[in-house]
Amino acid sequence: MSIQIACKNVSLGYEGSIVTEDLSFSVSSGDYLYILGENGSGKSTLVKALLGLKPQISGEITRGEGVAAGQIGYLPQQTVVQRDFPASVREIVLSGCLSKSGLRPFYTAAERASANAAMERLGITGLAKRCYRELSGGQQQRVLLARALCAAGKILLLDEPVTGLDPKAQVDLYEMIGKLNSEGVTIIMVSHDVGAAMRYASHILHIGSHKQLFFGTAEDYAKSSVGRTFIASEEAENDD
Amino acid sequence: MTEIISTLHEFFQFSFVRYAFIVGLLIALCSSLLGVTLVLKRFSFIGDGLSHVAFGAMSVAAVTSLTNQNLIVLPVTLISAILLLRTGQNTRIKGDAAVAMISVGALAIGYMLMNIFPTSGNISADVCSTLFGSFSILALKPSDVRLCVIMSIIVIGTFIFFYNKIFAVTFDESFAKATGVKAELYNTLIAVITALIIVLAMNLVGSLLISALIIFPALSAMRLFRSFRSVIICSAVVSVVCAAAGILLSILVSTPVGSTIVVADLAVFLVFSLISKAVRRSVK
Repeated sequence: MSIQIACKNVSLGYEGSIVTEDLSFSVSSGDYLYILGENGSGKSTLVKALLGLKPQISGEITRGEGVAAGQIGYLPQQTVVQRDFPASVREIVLSGCLSKSGLRPFYTAAERASANAAMERLGITGLAKRCYRELSGGQQQRVLLARALCAAGKILLLDEPVTGLDPKAQVDLYEMIGKLNSEGVTIIMVSHDVGAAMRYASHILHIGSHKQLFFGTAEDYAKSSVGRTFIASEEAENDD
Repeated sequence: MTEIISTLHEFFQFSFVRYAFIVGLLIALCSSLLGVTLVLKRFSFIGDGLSHVAFGAMSVAAVTSLTNQNLIVLPVTLISAILLLRTGQNTRIKGDAAVAMISVGALAIGYMLMNIFPTSGNISADVCSTLFGSFSILALKPSDVRLCVIMSIIVIGTFIFFYNKIFAVTFDESFAKATGVKAELYNTLIAVITALIIVLAMNLVGSLLISALIIFPALSAMRLFRSFRSVIICSAVVSVVCAAAGILLSILVSTPVGSTIVVADLAVFLVFSLISKAVRRSVK
């Protein structure tokens, strides 16, 4: 198993204020890493750093082959603009190939084929001509997943992908992501859903306010004191 | 009918009518292409804002009696466009407020300057014609037409060449950035060609009605079509047809050119809305 991304004593933040510090963890190929944390714990800042959009204040982020900045398939949180955007599924999936096309103004046959393959893989070939805004939330996320696969086949970073989906669609999406993972795609998932994390994750990174609380395998997390407290508090919340 | 055709034929003998027609159609085409992107990026009012900036710059040019107004108007509008579209994401003054602020500010300064340093006897006619376009479209010189053709080719060419990138940046800026697409660069590019179009379009419909050229064809197309490409193509067709109809109608019944075009755009929007409602109902 080769290490794809390794962070060593990384501190992140904005000018003058540190959001989170001393993060040390690594992702190897085939891992399913959950990044857990409360709102405001610096999850989204970490996402930007992993994508290479924001330099760390201190520490070191090393990247393996094929996962340089710009080669991570990203599934961002949905924006308001997208909800009424007139675009066909094929157009959106194809736009994932854009990063490789440089200044070339059109898509090549190979890129079209890879978009078709990505749609096939996510079971949305039948939707190719449909309009994005008319799809259900779960279908929309599959479209964005297919686009992310076009951009990068080795590693996906998903930012709260199940937010706003109904329970059935959530399960479907988790199954789909699990399937991609079993096919060898590394998954990094940002979430606060500890229940799903315990079900699907191989590794867990838990960040609290300003510091790293836990990094290790999911089994160890369930036994750790941080993990037990967090799981218990989430369960209590769900029972309410 | 033959009477109408012969009247039109007569009018098209005049070079200024032909010039107005060429310029009108080109500007309508350019503005409709970008309109879709601007509406989707929630920048519908940028046309309004920038055209008021251009109005302010124009009055400065008039006061300093510059012979070539575009020397001042174009750079000032370009800079404002870049500032507005680039700072849209993370500023203390949010996009719509920033546009509104710059828009009314420039309008006030322009009107004030024209009053303090009047260049002609009839200020309200001057102001009215810059705001509503009036008939300056019918007084184009061959050099104006040449400039407009060159600018339109640049705008259309840029749009086609960067079509896929513009789509990606409009649909999902964070994904585009994350996968290494230079989103900032393309946003600036969109801002620059928007400013070009607005400076061009001021002659046609005047600064108050420019927003109509930008948003109506896009909104009409979005009523009926569901993929980005079909929306763009429909928007371009609607815009060109409305501009042609507007110009011809204004010649026949001697109405102001700018507002006639806008009324034609509005009519198409209403018709498309009704069709889309009917289609949706029949699907259900």
